Amino acid sequence: MRGFDETLLDEADETVRVRFVVNGRKVACEVAPRETLVDCLRDKLELTGTHAGCEMGACGACLVQIDGRAVHSCLMFAVQADGARIDTIEGLTESGAIADLQAEFHRRNALQCGFCTPGMLVNACELLSQVARPSREQIRDALSGNYCRCTGYEAIVDAIDAVAKARSAGGAR
Amino acid sequence: MDFGETAVKASAFSYFRAATIDQALDAHARAGDDARFIAGGQSLVPALSLRLQAPRLLIDITHIAELRGVRREGACLRIGALTRHCEMLSEPLIAEFAPLLHAAAPFVAHPAIRNRGTFGGSVALADPASEFPAMTLALDAEIEIAGASGRRRVKADEFFFDLFETALQPGELITAIYVPLFKADQRFAFDELARRRGDYALVGCGMLATFTSDRIDDIRISFFSVGNRPMRAKAAEAALIGFGLDAEHIAAAQAALEDDLAPPENDEVPPAMRLHLARVLLGRLLGRLGEGA
Repeated sequence: MRGFDETLLDEADETVRVRFVVNGRKVACEVAPRETLVDCLRDKLELTGTHAGCEMGACGACLVQIDGRAVHSCLMFAVQADGARIDTIEGLTESGAIADLQAEFHRRNALQCGFCTPGMLVNACELLSQVARPSREQIRDALSGNYCRCTGYEAIVDAIDAVAKARSAGGAR
Repeated sequence: MDFGETAVKASAFSYFRAATIDQALDAHARAGDDARFIAGGQSLVPALSLRLQAPRLLIDITHIAELRGVRREGACLRIGALTRHCEMLSEPLIAEFAPLLHAAAPFVAHPAIRNRGTFGGSVALADPASEFPAMTLALDAEIEIAGASGRRRVKADEFFFDLFETALQPGELITAIYVPLFKADQRFAFDELARRRGDYALVGCGMLATFTSDRIDDIRISFFSVGNRPMRAKAAEAALIGFGLDAEHIAAAQAALEDDLAPPENDEVPPAMRLHLARVLLGRLLGRLGEGA
């Protein structure tokens, strides 16, 4: 029954220690409970590839992978992620897991200002891990929570479509 | 930390990760009920960030094992409150025994939201524009609630009171939702009309019907985005029970919607437009049901 520390209620402004595995490395940091994961990643860990856009789950710029699934890092407090495996755009880039997506985005001008691109890539990475050959409609549906104010989306859909085709033509990755 | 005046940041709170339901309830009581349970947080975190809510304590319930899992229990499927929206798509027991939830899940927000958001959280919030609360009505589900005085089960029909108002009392927690197993003589249909995929629906509807050959023995029709809470269309249901799904009875059900729904005044979607869209959607779904959907 017990387990709740009464003094906790007086500690709202104090920081707590959290530990994650970020991009394959064990990390510990001190965060205030109200600090979102995106702020922790950007401000504490200096992983600024994850972008803070609307900060209310609408724009998709802040997507990261938590335990292998795409989530909004603005819709989570860092304390909730204590113990989780977090992969940001930096980690996905270093591992080469999305190198083909990145090359295709570049080749097809699927970005202009680039603000939405990390979120687009995290989303595309997850889509292609679940559906090997998504239709264009499925790609558009998957991207429905990612805003791009530059490209009009067409080139982004083209790029993801091209990578899906190339991956399935090249066999299992 | 100074977030400035214009930033969208939550006010300060303490955080407690509960390991058991009792711990979570206990913590809530000790905070003088100035606390919020957080599960997926996909609605709560924006509400905190916008400072629509500012509790002293946030109680994380996502590590409570008892709230997890989907399993058969007698004539029901027990869906743990922490079941994520994405699991409604991937869990075979849902597809087989609660296919209406499986059909509704792709319409719930966007993929990344579905990776975090939970079934219990959606029902507890009772957003009148959400898919799952309305589907608990169509499914005749029961909501299991834990509180200081123990456990109780509330029929979905008696759970949703008004805008974000439910049978949940302060400090109470949804533990699971019980859904009667889908049967061979039943059919279901779901769809919604939205301006863009993933946006809140202008009107949405799900239904579950029991047939003897092509005659409807029983049907439950539930709408969302039509008022202050998810709503059964009981007059439309009554117009269909005992009949086949011919044009005449579909038209009668569409006409009856006037008695079921009273869409609120809204600048973007006037009540008459919403009622019209509800009729269009009802006609489409009953047509699909007639084809054996």
